[in-house]
Amino acid sequence: MSADQTLAFDPDCHIFSGCGFPAPGLHTFMYEPIATVGGIEFTKPMLLAILGSIVVVGFFWAAFNKPKLIPGKMQMVGEAGYDFVRRGIVYEIIGKKDGEKYVPFMVSLFFFVWIMNLWSIIPLAQFPVTSLIAFPAGLALIVYVMWISLTFKKHGFVGGWKNIVGYDKSLGAILPMVVVLEFFSNLLIRPFTHAVRLFANMFAGHLLIVMFSLATWYLMNGLGFVYAGASFVMVLVMTAFELFIQAVQAYVFVLLACSYIQGALSEHH
Amino acid sequence: MNALLLAQAEEPQPPLIPHLDELVIGLIAFVIVFGFLAKKLLPNINKVLEQRREAIEGGIEKAESAQIEAQSVLEQYKAQLAEARHEAARLRQEATEQGTAIIQEMKAEGQRQREEIIAAGHTQIAADRKAASASLRQDVGKLATDLAGKLVGESLEDSARQSRTIDRFLDELEEKAEAVR
Repeated sequence: MSADQTLAFDPDCHIFSGCGFPAPGLHTFMYEPIATVGGIEFTKPMLLAILGSIVVVGFFWAAFNKPKLIPGKMQMVGEAGYDFVRRGIVYEIIGKKDGEKYVPFMVSLFFFVWIMNLWSIIPLAQFPVTSLIAFPAGLALIVYVMWISLTFKKHGFVGGWKNIVGYDKSLGAILPMVVVLEFFSNLLIRPFTHAVRLFANMFAGHLLIVMFSLATWYLMNGLGFVYAGASFVMVLVMTAFELFIQAVQAYVFVLLACSYIQGALSEHH
Repeated sequence: MNALLLAQAEEPQPPLIPHLDELVIGLIAFVIVFGFLAKKLLPNINKVLEQRREAIEGGIEKAESAQIEAQSVLEQYKAQLAEARHEAARLRQEATEQGTAIIQEMKAEGQRQREEIIAAGHTQIAADRKAASASLRQDVGKLATDLAGKLVGESLEDSARQSRTIDRFLDELEEKAEAVR
């Protein structure tokens, strides 16, 4: 993205040439539609989202379409990824017995979020789809709906509410306060933070990479080349760091989803 | 490229307000992933993982049963070996006993045969002696008669008298012999 973007701004705009720094901002995250399909203005992030799902399905198709008892390379990698989410997250948080049902959802969620994040540093794509709030919000919404429906299914109407607001008689005098706090925290703030945590991380990461990329280009003039070098090193450092953060945020997103489901299934909140 | 320039011209949307089109596309993209994974690919791999687990457990079970069998065969073999050893010892003992018995029997038989032979020898000797003495008596009688006849010059061939005389003579001789003995 960054290279295109630099070009998209005036390519002759450099330091010491009477041209201000074209700082990235919210406009960095806005795209003109590539095409309009059925009333939807199709943009690059949307294309990347669809491509992302094709990549995930393609990978698992190659790995698991004709699985063998003695796995090939692809299957081995696929099994490792599958096992990581299944054992490392779902069994750990929800437990093996209750969690088994949610394994396909969590595996899909993890790899979908991960590829959405990964687009950030893949050449030509170079944009984390999850840095647009709509994508994490959609996923957080699914988890939220699952959590609420599971809570009421498991505990009934009154029990469900008690579960949501953390009703516990032993709390005594502070019970009303806890109930109000838990009500807002669980029902209103939690889905928001769930989505925003992922969005903000990817948004900030992308902004940093774009900022240093633009700066590298902008500083390439005279003495500025020294600063440009430093800025370019920062591009590389941030890219490596983002690679790490992308995986961590995908992991955290799924971990939290599991923890919410576990909360809905547990007897006492 | 122009896209960005155009975008810049637009009023930027607040970043925390989700764009509905993006939300829908995002959900569709996720549902595609979830559909393929949940309906086809993960059940596929689960089946194989289950099969693999069974294969490994089956292998372990097989190895265990083989070991148990080997153990039982070994015990059987050991028991047979012990039995065979016992049997061999018993046979040796029996053979020794039988050998001793046979030697005893042979000894007894030899003794018996020897005694028989000796007894037969004695009988034979006695019979021979008797025959010899009988024939001797006859011959001596005749010789004596002949001699007496020649000496006396008369015929002493009257057999009745003759034999009486001879017998008397011989009896006397025997008596003498008895006395000497």
